[in-house]
Amino acid sequence: MAASSSTVPSAGPSRAAPNFWERLRGGDEAAYVLTFIAAASILLITGMLVYELFINSADARAKFGWAFLFTQTWDPVNDQFGALPFIYGTLVTSFLALLMGIPLGVGAAIFLAELAPPKISDALTFLIELLAAVPSVIYGLLGIFVLVPILRLVEPSLRAVLGWTPFFSGPFYGVSLFSAGVVLAVMIIPFIISISREVILAVPGDQREAALALGATRWETTWDVVVPFAKKGIMGSIFLALARALGETMAVTMVVGNDPKIKASLFAPGYSIAAVIANEFTEATGKLYTSALIELGLVLFALTIVINGVARLLVMGTDKYKT
Amino acid sequence: MGDLHTLRRKTVNVVMLTITGLCTLFAAGTLVFILGYLFVHGGSSLTLDFFTKLPTPVGEPGGGMANAIVGSAKLLALAMVVGVPLGFLGGVYLAEFGGSTFSFVIRYVTDLLNGVPSIVIGIFAYTLIVLPQKHFSTLAGGLALGVMMIPIAVRSSEEFLRTIPNSLREGAMALGASKAKSILTVVIPAAKNGIMTGIMLNLARVAGETAPLLFTSFGNRFWSPGWEQPTSALPVMIFTYAISPYEDWHRQAWSAGFVLLTLVLAVNIFARAVLAKKKHVAR
Repeated sequence: MAASSSTVPSAGPSRAAPNFWERLRGGDEAAYVLTFIAAASILLITGMLVYELFINSADARAKFGWAFLFTQTWDPVNDQFGALPFIYGTLVTSFLALLMGIPLGVGAAIFLAELAPPKISDALTFLIELLAAVPSVIYGLLGIFVLVPILRLVEPSLRAVLGWTPFFSGPFYGVSLFSAGVVLAVMIIPFIISISREVILAVPGDQREAALALGATRWETTWDVVVPFAKKGIMGSIFLALARALGETMAVTMVVGNDPKIKASLFAPGYSIAAVIANEFTEATGKLYTSALIELGLVLFALTIVINGVARLLVMGTDKYKT
Repeated sequence: MGDLHTLRRKTVNVVMLTITGLCTLFAAGTLVFILGYLFVHGGSSLTLDFFTKLPTPVGEPGGGMANAIVGSAKLLALAMVVGVPLGFLGGVYLAEFGGSTFSFVIRYVTDLLNGVPSIVIGIFAYTLIVLPQKHFSTLAGGLALGVMMIPIAVRSSEEFLRTIPNSLREGAMALGASKAKSILTVVIPAAKNGIMTGIMLNLARVAGETAPLLFTSFGNRFWSPGWEQPTSALPVMIFTYAISPYEDWHRQAWSAGFVLLTLVLAVNIFARAVLAKKKHVAR
């Protein structure tokens, strides 16, 4: 190569290798550096977020240590802060939401992906995805003024059937862990549907044809072949929905009842991590109080990061099925 | 015996398929119900005063939420300034320059940031601006919403840039354009519509955010001149009015909910109509 190029008259030394400044003037380096900085700043912002939560919760972490997570007393007057009632409320409401949301969501996703004619499926999916765009404060508004009165009507029959369990005992004021669970279920269903539907649609057609050819019914094909094939992605959608439910603030704040006590009954008012931050942050007097609320934020952050991390890996894993 | 078995399988088939249909009906019905209810309750109590008047003192009927509407607009403008350039450039990096482990990390962290509860983002903005300044401000609220916009701005910009076929890039480069020039004059203009719609969807999403504003922009019953004072915003007003004990405030909360939802859904429907050809929308 060196021999052949030596016979050609050289255009000048700068042709050989444009140096950094020349490339910078050409714009390539500038564009690279600029966009690289923007991309890297996302890491920086996320890092700062963790740092700020950590630093600003130092007082509470120093005073209570790990006991913060396992004690029940939330007494701002005497500077005693334990997060357990909020963690409990967050987990219970999210669990209830999943309990109601998974069957409905996955069921609808199956219908939309496997059974409905494409046009109807697209139209319904469009409607359902609009549900995901409804702001959470609107869900809260409907929760207070529509869902709670409805639940008051439904409550006696629920109690008649399930009243013997500790979960549906005690007085019912309308606002409760149960109400929050129902609102959350309605909120997460669109996420489960739209992601699960896409995952199910991505299952190769020959899987279905093979099962049908062996004499399986439509349902057997769907349930025994298609759904197991799409299992990972469906799990991913459920984890994403869970992360959303755990961090949901406004709708829960408005219907959960805001009472920091742990009671077995789902009819009792409760509290969630996000809700207590929303309600008490601006009223928090004293450094320790604010610090404890920020530590609650840190707990919530950690919880959702773990769930989201798992969910993204699961959904990512299904990408290879897509063409 | 065999017939019984077949019958059972057929029954299970029909029953289960019907159930999935009912699930769908329930989900779609919820939206119709929400829209219908808000339309009846909110739309009917909406008056011109809602858009032009300040809130009245407690107990005095009438008044509107003009300051909250302006406040929301200011917050969204700030959020765009914070979130869009950063997110868009990050998206350009991922689509045009990325491809290594670093891009994977960026994508993953972006998705995680997207999953951070909005109330935690609120705490973040609080510690960054409200705590040092010792007062609530429009600025802090705008920053919180801006941070919320970043992840979706990144992912939607990246996705729309990726829909541009490589032949366009190659064509530009074959004509002697540098990579930067081809991105700037060919790729970005080609993806412009998608990117703009992505930004609009993104704005519509943060427009309804309440939690991160509670202790950043706080709230204000009067006009909020400049950027350094607490300001009212529509979603926060809905929250405050809905949990208040006053009948008249409840009515206004419904009106505000109606206005907010109409705006958000209008943007969504418009955006999805524009993007109808493209299947995937980042969220």
